[in-house]
Amino acid sequence: MKIPLSYSIRNLWTRRLTTVLTASGMALVVFVFATILMLAQGLQKTLVATGSTDNVIVIRKGAGAEVQSAVDRQQASVVETEPGILTDEGGRKLVAKELLVLITLEKRATGKRSNVPVRGVGAGSLSLRPQVRLLDGRLPRPGSLEIIAGRNVASAFRGGGLGETLHFGMVNWTVVGIFDGGATGFSSEIWGDVDQLMQAFRRTVYSSVIFRLADPSRFEEVQRRIETNPRLTVEAERETTYYLKQSEALATFLRILGISLTLVFSLGAIIGAMITMYAAVANRTTEIGTLRALGFPRTSILRAFLCEALFLGLIGGLAGLFFASFMQVFTISTMNFQTFSELAFSFTLTPGIALSGLLFSLVMGFVGGLLPAVSAARKGIVDALRAG
Amino acid sequence: MIFLLRLLVKNAFRHKLRSGLTILSVTIAILAFGMLRTVVDAFYVGVERASANRLVTRNAVSMIFPLPLSYKEKVRQIPGVTRVASANWFGGIYIDEKNFFPNFAIDAKEYLSLYPDYVFSPDQLAAFLRDRKAAVVGRKLIERFGWRIGDTITLRGTIYPGNWELVLRGVYRGLDENVDERLFFFHWDYLNETMRKTAPRRADQVGVYVVGIERADQAADIAAAIDGTFRNSMAETLTETEKSFNLSFVSMADTIIAVVRLVSLAVIIIIVAVAANTMSMTTRERFGEYAVLKTLGFGGWRIACLIFGESFVITLAGGLVGILLTFPAADLFRNLVGAYFPKFVVTRETLLLDGLAALLMGGLAAIVPTWRAIKIRIADGLRRIG
Repeated sequence: MKIPLSYSIRNLWTRRLTTVLTASGMALVVFVFATILMLAQGLQKTLVATGSTDNVIVIRKGAGAEVQSAVDRQQASVVETEPGILTDEGGRKLVAKELLVLITLEKRATGKRSNVPVRGVGAGSLSLRPQVRLLDGRLPRPGSLEIIAGRNVASAFRGGGLGETLHFGMVNWTVVGIFDGGATGFSSEIWGDVDQLMQAFRRTVYSSVIFRLADPSRFEEVQRRIETNPRLTVEAERETTYYLKQSEALATFLRILGISLTLVFSLGAIIGAMITMYAAVANRTTEIGTLRALGFPRTSILRAFLCEALFLGLIGGLAGLFFASFMQVFTISTMNFQTFSELAFSFTLTPGIALSGLLFSLVMGFVGGLLPAVSAARKGIVDALRAG
Repeated sequence: MIFLLRLLVKNAFRHKLRSGLTILSVTIAILAFGMLRTVVDAFYVGVERASANRLVTRNAVSMIFPLPLSYKEKVRQIPGVTRVASANWFGGIYIDEKNFFPNFAIDAKEYLSLYPDYVFSPDQLAAFLRDRKAAVVGRKLIERFGWRIGDTITLRGTIYPGNWELVLRGVYRGLDENVDERLFFFHWDYLNETMRKTAPRRADQVGVYVVGIERADQAADIAAAIDGTFRNSMAETLTETEKSFNLSFVSMADTIIAVVRLVSLAVIIIIVAVAANTMSMTTRERFGEYAVLKTLGFGGWRIACLIFGESFVITLAGGLVGILLTFPAADLFRNLVGAYFPKFVVTRETLLLDGLAALLMGGLAAIVPTWRAIKIRIADGLRRIG
């Protein structure tokens, strides 16, 4: 014989203040848990969306990142002759030789300095990145001292807005356009003509060569051809793989931080649930005796109290996720220490995170409710009835 | 007064299991709060350690652009400057990226005289200065990898391509516990000679100049003089005190630090909810008693005193245990991840904040139950059962 589910639910309703306090403790744990996972997810999503599976990035062997890489003009030309590169209708190859350097700019809000990537782009760069579109102004004229700024740079850094000028490399650069790269790393970059930038920074080498594959499924073949070419000391990688690696360290750091913190916090919330459930059992000793006398077996009592604890967890979990989902409207900007440059990204809630948040809160409820439920089920009928 | 205190303690432990569990959860909260604060402090160790007698000159565009070697003599000639040392961030990887430690190519003689913080035995220092392919490391680093003096260490260059074989000639320890003992230094000259052979365009370039000055109060003037010397040149400079140079690195991670700070507040709020729950259950059970007290003529403030006092007894007990446990926990943490943090020490300020947090928890937890206990009418309180 089972005790109806409504018995457990209505018990929670009767002791509203206690229920709210206990559930809000758990809600906060779930909130912290979900928020930090959302942060790591947002970071990874932003960087992975920056790359495209059809694009290949070529950097110097062992460099690890574009900023540290150097591909000289001769090697870049050799890469350009690779037969696996897609050719567009006009007969031109979809390839770009790019420069990536960091400059220090002051933040609008605080005046603090942070590193911003400047990308020197060529004719093919825009068509390689269909996600980038101009929001305002116009594209820089080739060979001019004009630059366009990504949406996040324009809003966060002094001198990054439309019509403003930035001074670096002994020249003044005018921002003639603002572009939007969607939720990608490009929105945190400044773009300008590659030859002008190389001259300004006195660099004779490119940072990377990027091209679109004619046949995306034949990447391994192209990669082998480039990496075994004796004239080249470079490595080729799919853009998606490259950018995933860029986010790995920070995302792992955030995940470990989040999970270890919430494990500690959850101990507190579990104890809270335990206190509540012990009180629930103690207050209802006579009731338990009555139920047993009516013929409900011990397992039913156990189940009823466990259900109550699980509901408590469920309420906490749902409330925590509810508030965590509001975090998605915020964009945060931080230093990715692998690329050493500022990157803006937003919290991203995935079904996976929501599910693990709920599961986590149910586990908290279960662990907190187990001991009290067992003690409730073990009460003898006569003693329980007499206790009142 | 003593009587009141005894009553409070007796009251607090009338429900041993519940009070024990609440104390445990407060302990966890204080422990977590203290540890998180200590982690945040660890980020700022380098900033506190910085000397006011050292300036750092770097390329104004950003850290990745070098400065010409020719600047060294020009900086040295500026009045008030005592020493100039070049240093390059080498960014080498030892076997795997997981083994990260900071490694620098330095102008050894000048650099090490600017940093008396690194203490060497004289013969090891002499051996290092004699050998062009030599390297020295901090005590923590040598322990971490189990190296021995005379070992050849191979670093894979990311900024400077190739495998770099360096011979370990010495180990330093810090002048005090704030000094970073996990750094790796080798000769800038060796780096430069190799670059001359393999990539002549990248030779004679210096990452940053560390500038020693006579008097700390001249720092602003000398910094301005250095930057003025190179204004409108190919590589303009940005000179700041070592402290603000180090701070600029910490501020890059300030979003992460802000998250950690927020989260350490969250744990307090979680436990406030737990403690408030305990107190509200306790008072609910004692409404009858409060009604009796009221009948006897005790005022509302006396009842408030009882409830607040009991709440403080519980949270302060938990806080005390939490503070005591912070020390062994910090030791454990240091053993686990000490390699990544130069220093991990619980400060007095942290302990003070721990205590304040415990008080705050006790106060917040008692507000609603007190309000409910005072509000209840005597007749209702007496009528209520259990």
